[in-house]
Amino acid sequence: MKDFIRQLAGITGQEFVSAEPEERYIYSMDQGTMPPALPDAVVMPGSTQEVQQIMRLANRHKVPVVPMGGGLVLSGLTRALNGGIILDMKRMNRIIKVNPVSRHAVVEGGASEGMLQAYLKKHHPELKHSMPDAPPIATLAGNICIHGSGHLSVPGGFHSDMLTGMEVVLPTGDIVRTGSCSVSQDWFARAPLPDLSGLFLGWSGTTGIITKLGIKLFPSYAHNDLLVFVCEDADLMPDVISRLTGTQVAEDMTPWMTPKPEWARGFLHINISYGAHTKKELTFKRNLLQASVKKYSDRKIAGFLPMPPPQKSRFLKVPSADLVTFADIRKGGGFEYVGAIMSIEHFAEAYRAGLNIAKTHNVSYSMGARIIGAGHAMMFFYAYAFNRADQEDVKRAQHALEATNTAALEIGGIPWKAELPAQKQIIDKMDPGTFNLMNRIRSLMDPNHIMNPGNWEK
Amino acid sequence: MLHEQILHRCFRCGYCKMPSNYTDLNCPPYLAFRFETYSPGGRMWLLKAWLEGKIQPGRRFAEIMFSCTACGNCTEHCPFPDFKNLLLEAFTAGREAFLDGGTAPAGVKDYLTRMQLHGNPYGLPAKKRADWAAGSDTESYSGQEYLFFAGDAGSYDTRGQEMARSAAGLLAKAGISFGVLKMGENSDGNDVRASGETALFEELAGKNTELFNRNNVKKIITLSPHSLNTFKKDYPGLGGNYQVFHYTQVLALNMGRLKFKENQEPVLVTCHDSCYLGRHNRDYFSPRMILSTVPGIKIAEMDRNRQNSLCCGGGGGNLYTDILPSGEESPARHRIREAKKTGAKIIAVSCPLCAIMLEDAVKSEGVADILRVMEISEIINDRLV
Repeated sequence: MKDFIRQLAGITGQEFVSAEPEERYIYSMDQGTMPPALPDAVVMPGSTQEVQQIMRLANRHKVPVVPMGGGLVLSGLTRALNGGIILDMKRMNRIIKVNPVSRHAVVEGGASEGMLQAYLKKHHPELKHSMPDAPPIATLAGNICIHGSGHLSVPGGFHSDMLTGMEVVLPTGDIVRTGSCSVSQDWFARAPLPDLSGLFLGWSGTTGIITKLGIKLFPSYAHNDLLVFVCEDADLMPDVISRLTGTQVAEDMTPWMTPKPEWARGFLHINISYGAHTKKELTFKRNLLQASVKKYSDRKIAGFLPMPPPQKSRFLKVPSADLVTFADIRKGGGFEYVGAIMSIEHFAEAYRAGLNIAKTHNVSYSMGARIIGAGHAMMFFYAYAFNRADQEDVKRAQHALEATNTAALEIGGIPWKAELPAQKQIIDKMDPGTFNLMNRIRSLMDPNHIMNPGNWEK
Repeated sequence: MLHEQILHRCFRCGYCKMPSNYTDLNCPPYLAFRFETYSPGGRMWLLKAWLEGKIQPGRRFAEIMFSCTACGNCTEHCPFPDFKNLLLEAFTAGREAFLDGGTAPAGVKDYLTRMQLHGNPYGLPAKKRADWAAGSDTESYSGQEYLFFAGDAGSYDTRGQEMARSAAGLLAKAGISFGVLKMGENSDGNDVRASGETALFEELAGKNTELFNRNNVKKIITLSPHSLNTFKKDYPGLGGNYQVFHYTQVLALNMGRLKFKENQEPVLVTCHDSCYLGRHNRDYFSPRMILSTVPGIKIAEMDRNRQNSLCCGGGGGNLYTDILPSGEESPARHRIREAKKTGAKIIAVSCPLCAIMLEDAVKSEGVADILRVMEISEIINDRLV
């Protein structure tokens, strides 16, 4: 391993390789409940060519490679389960180009959500991209890889749906391009070619290293507003969501249910953000949204919550620091959540399961969802904060997470960015032919099985 | 270790690595080294691991601890109220524990030794401290309204001495009544305190306090924002109660007394906020107020300004310990590249440490012909009748 690390230093420079105990310790875990797994070294490449050389070297020596973006996945996907190296991509954080006319950007594999947001605000204020609720240091590549979602997921779908193409270094060191950039100088779409991007989406870093990616951009409106719909009956939620998304005017729809603050306990809220180029257009959109659920507000069984401007501004802030604030509820620096992707008609079941699990396991919870597309799916999340210094509390959260994964699968959902035990639960439920194909693809792309081994395995 | 009960609360969300507008990384050691270990969260988790016996203090760990410039970006941007206010204190406590255990980088040990032996980080004789004022009209302190305190860089560094002469000269032109103590001053100790050497800090502060009190000092004008910070925040607890001002704060209120040349050539200036005037003491106004009153000067802000300002990398003793690398990834070189993007011809600074760090970076970046580092009073002096 010493010789291997020396050769790594020859690629990136000594300053960007470390096999010191400090880096090995910090990179052995994330903020979630998964136990640590020590890497042998951490390396930070500065270019696609360096990534290529690293992968060739690792492949030759059969050393495991775990790609890492912001390191904020929470479910332990960037742990070196079989040792090897962590490939921290954050040095490759350049915004390469923005096409303001056909609305897409090309960025490096370690570019952060926050930096793209800042770049667009400064250079293209008429444009924005879909920000997740993750802290702004999270990387675009990491979030897209895990099928993340964000503040434009109603019009744009999952963040992986907003991907227009990629440059990827394969485990063997080959550099490939997917989408239009494999044929044209423009990164406009994945169509009309065979969609090879899917080989790298949702695979938890087991198939390649993304070094560049294209991402769709959307109009940034001059006028923005928020409606908060509230009801007490979870069974109404699928129809309400379906009606609201049917208007096709919302940018983001996020139901939320939390026992704190006290005034929110027992109610189901839906934050609906929307924007417009003019005030007249904004009013028109607001009217459409309100009219879509008039059936319920007329019966006084649900309605829109009056929202003071400061609170509205807080809700409209992107990214919102509210999730991070919730993470601190136990004053313990620990936070993890199960985000289960499922159909919206399972909303009530998912909600009741969450309440039941929180009560059974005596954990602090927050539940919510993000609506994807025109009600095509939702990411229903169960968030648990825990005290990292209290091992009993960590265990409680861990058990609650396991129970939540099980419940999500029973309902018909699929745990998102699943941690190792949840991956195994998914595999158990998966069509055997699908899992067999996954394995055949992996063997073909990664003959020495060096990419994030341990993940998506029985 | 002091504050060890808060270490586990850091979630490592990473807000501390960036400014509030997310334009770039903004934690100097993280920017320079890029490993998670060098981020505030990495430091917190490592300290906790050390206290739990999971990791041993060594060369690398010490470098991680002492590379922090105490710039306060983490405190500014951490989303957790109350907890955030203790971040820097926890790092200082960690460094103190490292010093107590004998595990500190050689550069830090040398720096602290010079401080202990000579009362300044340059290892120069105390009697040379007021040499910067030699040949000028600066009066000895004898009960004037203010004591002017030049600090370490202003007293011993060639560039710092130029700044001290310029600032003192301008204060005199503005009719401010002040004098300097020609003997007996020691380092203000601000960066010694930040490095965790509490006992030495108290010794330095004690000597200064005794000297100031003996001379019946009531008001102090400091050249360095580092001096301002510790005089205001730490000295009162050690018996030193003074009204303390940075020289830009006094000048900002007296600009009307200065007469400027007419028909000045317009010049674009960008303002680099010092961490200890800005984030630590919340004054982003005085330097800008001064510059905005000067005919011909137009301010072009960098993306990271005011509470988002990027530290030059010289704080926490790093100017003297050289723990942060001086290559392309050094914070000062990042800062110069950012300043260059504004199109400004001058980067205005209000701290001698910033001036020294950024001037080196201007040379390393090869932009000395298009971008000049000037201290605020130098900019003003150039344009006075």
